[in-house]
Amino acid sequence: MSSSAIAASAMGFPMLSLGASKRVVIVGGGIAGATAAKYLRLMDVNIDITLIEPKKTYTTCFLSNEVLWEHRNINTIQFSYDALKKRGINVIHDVVTKIDPDTRQVTINSGTQLKYDACVVSPGISFDWDAIENYTPAVSQLLPHAYQAGPQTLLLRDQLKAMKNGGTFILVAPQNPFRCPPGPYERASQIAWYFKNHKPKSKIIILDPKPKFSKMKLFTSGWEKHYGYNTSNSMIEWVGETDGGEVTRVDAKKMLAITTSPYKGDVINVIPPQKAGKIAIQTELVDEGGWCPINHRTFESRIHKDIYVIGDATIAAPMPKSGYAANSQAKVCAAAIIAKFNGEPEPLPSLVNTCYSLITPDHGISVAMVYKLGPKGKIQKVKGAGGLTPIDASDEMRKREVAYAYSWFKNITHDIFA
Amino acid sequence: MLKQQTPNPNHDRMLGIVAIALLTINVLTNSALAETPSASMLANTCAGCHGTFGSSVGPASPTIAGMSRDYFVETMLAYKEAQRPSTIMTRIAKGYTQQEIELMADFFSKQKIIRFTQDYDVKQAKRGKKLHKKYCNKCHEEDGGYAEDDAGILAGQWAPFVRFTLTDFLTGDRPMGAKKKQQLDKLIEQQGDPGVEQLIQFYASQN
Repeated sequence: MSSSAIAASAMGFPMLSLGASKRVVIVGGGIAGATAAKYLRLMDVNIDITLIEPKKTYTTCFLSNEVLWEHRNINTIQFSYDALKKRGINVIHDVVTKIDPDTRQVTINSGTQLKYDACVVSPGISFDWDAIENYTPAVSQLLPHAYQAGPQTLLLRDQLKAMKNGGTFILVAPQNPFRCPPGPYERASQIAWYFKNHKPKSKIIILDPKPKFSKMKLFTSGWEKHYGYNTSNSMIEWVGETDGGEVTRVDAKKMLAITTSPYKGDVINVIPPQKAGKIAIQTELVDEGGWCPINHRTFESRIHKDIYVIGDATIAAPMPKSGYAANSQAKVCAAAIIAKFNGEPEPLPSLVNTCYSLITPDHGISVAMVYKLGPKGKIQKVKGAGGLTPIDASDEMRKREVAYAYSWFKNITHDIFA
Repeated sequence: MLKQQTPNPNHDRMLGIVAIALLTINVLTNSALAETPSASMLANTCAGCHGTFGSSVGPASPTIAGMSRDYFVETMLAYKEAQRPSTIMTRIAKGYTQQEIELMADFFSKQKIIRFTQDYDVKQAKRGKKLHKKYCNKCHEEDGGYAEDDAGILAGQWAPFVRFTLTDFLTGDRPMGAKKKQQLDKLIEQQGDPGVEQLIQFYASQN
């Protein structure tokens, strides 16, 4: 910490107008961006931090599956930026129209231009609207994706509520890589729980272009236990790649999801394939796959200097695109930026991912991993660490996982937004 | 000085050996440290479940801020070696070396606990306070608020976590020392299961 920072800290007045302050502009106030803002501030009271996010209220994608069947009110997963503002972070609710890596300047919709010494790009995902024929933003108002939480979540909730007992819910799962790999399957599980208790004649069909999915054995054994999976009376049917599960076209009028054959649904949830958020694509921070290549030690873009990409938009495999990963990456990135400002060596990263999924209100499963920087400068899994809930975990342990899932939610959101 | 030391002809040579040995240790430590993330870098990975700087906002995952260094290390090594039942910590602890665990232990032992309020039963908590004095305070001093070298802080700990932990002790899923077993047996014998819950409510009441 610089001497002026200490002085500022002693005065208890972190927001300074010193001309020499280093400036960080963060584009996108989701899990990654908001964490970066908070941790940059915790690490240095002196730097100038601006966070640009169009939404005044952030709705977490995690736990939004519980909103779909009214197990949870959406306001319990919504967070404001007030606490970050109180920490002396300049929060602007607007859209970034341009990031200029040459002049190191961010332009927002209002026309204001902001200079930066480091720019953190955390725009999350955007959807590939060309991937599924007829699936356009307009059609997503009829066949919701509900994969960016908010109005879309409520739309799908209302459709499920209105659906008749005996109806069919179709979930169209995306190709890899995508946000929250277990998300679609947790969604199917929870809607099955809702159907079982409220609309028991209803069915769920998952149409999937993949041969397998995250936590697959844990999910399918949970489905066997609770929803008759693999019996003639199963509530859930999963159609994978080998059975022609790839949806290439939808018909909103006839309510069809079409693979090699048409599937008719009463409610159709289409989660399209994904790529990095729009501003990352526009700034040419992406590779041919549509995601952002980065230096795994610092999260600085491999394409543009002084721009850092964190969260779902980044390529940090073997880390998944998850909330925990985004939160963990943001802290590594913040430490790297502060070290650079102070002329110190790049810090060695340590990263964690933990993802919980709830199959019923008493049956939780998880996957966890610890990551370090490998000898080739790539993030790698620590050998022998992490992994899944044991398949033979007791009911008591499954119930504890639910308690810890909710604890994770409360702590991570507090770690970010409080 | 109490006694005149016999001059040792090998003294200088021994010093030299010691110096080389120290130098070697120093070099090894430095090179190992160069490959080890900093304490705060490591500790930041815990915040997602255990709260910023280790103070959990609940409702179940425990606060790890303020824990003694020794008990933190003991706990993580027990998880790492799968000697303690857990949902996820066995998997996570395996991701860290002993040296990394020690760095995290240093970090969290220096953090001030922030205790967030939780619901509790006033009557049961009052009774639990007495039970704590009678059965537990010898090892969990200061009403369970002291960071013991061989035990966690109980005061203000999240009730579900304490309940899980006591369940594991009582079912035998988690091994315990003779002294602890004796006290817990006595508690169950004299107070029954309600006594356990009263203790839990007492710790929940402390903030």
